[in-house]
Amino acid sequence: MNKLVVSSSPHICAKDSVRSIMLDVIIALVPAGIAAVWLFGFRSLWLIFTCVSAAVLAEFISCKILKKENTTGDLSAVVTGLLLAYNLPVTLPLWMAVLGSVVAIVVVKQLFGGIGQNFVNPALIGRIFLMTSFATPMTTWTAPFTDAVSSATPLASMAADGMANVPSLVDMLIGNHGGCMGETCVIALVIGGIYLMARRVISPAIPLCYIGTVAVVMLFAGGGEYMLYQILSGGLLLGAIFMATDYTTSPVNLKGKIVYAVGCGLITVFIRLFGNMAEGVSYSIVIMNILTPHIENLTASKPFGFQRRKKQEAAK
Amino acid sequence: MALRNRILPNVKTKGGVKVDHRKNTADYETETMPVPKQVAVAMSQHIGAPCVPCVKKGDTVCVGTLLGDSDQPVSSPVYSGVSGVVSSITDIMLATGVMTKAVVIDTDGQQTVCDQLERPVLETKQDLLDAVRRCGLVGLGGAGFPAHIKLNPAQPIDTLVINAAECEPYITADYREMIECAKDVIDGIYFILKYLDIPKAVIVVEDNKPKAIELLSQIANDHNFSDRFFIMRVSSQYPKGAEKLTVYLATGRKIPAGKLPADVGCIVMNVSSVSTIAKYVKTGMPLVQKRLTVDGSAIVSPKNVFVPVGTYIKDVIAFAGGYKKEPKKIIMGGPMMGYAMPDDEHPIMKYSNAILALDEKEAYPKEMSACIRCGRCVQACPMRLMPTKVEAHLKVGDKERLQKDGVLNCMECGCCAYVCPACRPLVQVMRRSKAIVK
Repeated sequence: MNKLVVSSSPHICAKDSVRSIMLDVIIALVPAGIAAVWLFGFRSLWLIFTCVSAAVLAEFISCKILKKENTTGDLSAVVTGLLLAYNLPVTLPLWMAVLGSVVAIVVVKQLFGGIGQNFVNPALIGRIFLMTSFATPMTTWTAPFTDAVSSATPLASMAADGMANVPSLVDMLIGNHGGCMGETCVIALVIGGIYLMARRVISPAIPLCYIGTVAVVMLFAGGGEYMLYQILSGGLLLGAIFMATDYTTSPVNLKGKIVYAVGCGLITVFIRLFGNMAEGVSYSIVIMNILTPHIENLTASKPFGFQRRKKQEAAK
Repeated sequence: MALRNRILPNVKTKGGVKVDHRKNTADYETETMPVPKQVAVAMSQHIGAPCVPCVKKGDTVCVGTLLGDSDQPVSSPVYSGVSGVVSSITDIMLATGVMTKAVVIDTDGQQTVCDQLERPVLETKQDLLDAVRRCGLVGLGGAGFPAHIKLNPAQPIDTLVINAAECEPYITADYREMIECAKDVIDGIYFILKYLDIPKAVIVVEDNKPKAIELLSQIANDHNFSDRFFIMRVSSQYPKGAEKLTVYLATGRKIPAGKLPADVGCIVMNVSSVSTIAKYVKTGMPLVQKRLTVDGSAIVSPKNVFVPVGTYIKDVIAFAGGYKKEPKKIIMGGPMMGYAMPDDEHPIMKYSNAILALDEKEAYPKEMSACIRCGRCVQACPMRLMPTKVEAHLKVGDKERLQKDGVLNCMECGCCAYVCPACRPLVQVMRRSKAIVK
């Protein structure tokens, strides 16, 4: 009887843990992974495996060197590795993928204090790092089901010569066009998104507001069909469902989430319409990641029973 | 009045968490445990000045004998719940860590009733307040605030709010009170309405207690103040029984930060508190025994039990069949807001309503890790605070921002820590932040 635990209330807690949440994200990413293997062949499996193991190993080693508790067990490094892999073209040399994972985990995550402390999404910075360092291999696209190199992404072809050479809508949905491994198959991404929302891992606010903003602006910019192709292509769904919803780098309350997601949508639209890149999801999310603390402060909820300052003065 | 008319339209609140009810003992009628060999009655079982013992070693006491009292206004007398001989007066530590004197009584098992007990005669407001004080009544919801002070606020009162939500998991003591002593509940409310001249009473009950709602409504129908009595049926989501939320649910009024229910014209009483008033008026027996729920994964046969105030936890647990596994945590009160006890030799207080013994699996659900800013605590907070921000501000000791965060509004309901996937000790964070701001 002398081994009783004395601790602060509450003495019970909900079942979810960081590990179970990350596991849910991994499960939600599985359909997109299967689609990638189906579309782009077994090399995509190798690339995914390389990114994930490099990310986990990088986390393990940096924890050892920084003399911190080993945090690979929370599976967050696996999620980062998966997300980075899904953002790469299937033909990318493996050593580049390893480099991207190491930058994502060591520079962005561990050097800023590990899980929960990174101020931008590690996988996105990994991708942006590779994009700026190795522009050509990062934009060499393969057509699905073949080894034929140099197939333009729908967004690039839309930017170049309008709606003349875009794939059919069915091909857009199943992902039968050039692009990053995990971003092309819309159906797989949506299944993952619905799973995450059903499990209450993410709130629908960010994906819906993000995609909604892009949809509305693109509708005015180029009409219904143009809008559909804009939404279904170029990593918007992967970004809106899996990257913009990253807990650490998005606001915690609903109002903040809406502001953040609309901001992501607007920046994406501006980059796509006026920038010199066809794609803009990564940059828009990273920019809004950086603004997150400020959005959070400006949209803080009013505590129960607190009066607004004007009312308080009126009462006096 | 029909049940339909008596039930007020529902009011929505934000936040809160769905916790497993675990009301395993709801259908167990309260049993009376045999008189324990020894009891220790603490002299401070309330918020306010501790009592001074008025018995000494060797004195013979009966059920209802005054053991301690104080001449301070905010205090509440303590009576014996057993008959026997005072064996010593010692110092004990309360669950809150405060030291206090306790009268230890070796019982004789006779339960002789004190012959000086008198039924109070009620005619004026002061009569009722005096009776409540003499009864030794404190807030039985767990706070232990002397009831005669609470019932006598300076502000005008127009609603008596009866807290019968019992939103904590496991505990069914208030529910059994409503089922077994429904008449006393209604009579107690009646006395308060009549002598304090309050126009109406609203009972706030969770909708997982339909039997209690029906029973109270039936009894109220036969009463001559039937149309001053209302029921607020609320969805069973923790923490509907938190005072600020209860008042909001019953009246739609928000208590401003740092203010009391009386500031918005309400008095909040626990359902067992009001029935205790009625029992005292009817019998003259002060508050000397409590109905407790004994439950938890380490208990052999969970049950509701009447125990004399001052009974040791170990005796209560022995009556519930003892431990079936080695207990890792013993909690006085509910699992969301109760106190973890260092041992089972602690006496039962007036405001105790449950004893829970948890096994290893239930006591250590998961390991603590870093905050991932998932925002679940923000969604769960019924006071609309942002615990994750508060933790960051506490870390750097920023008093000004903590104040802006509204930490004084926190009622330590535990929703944030309950939902936290990283198992952060957010209630402790809040308590420390409150201490800094104060």
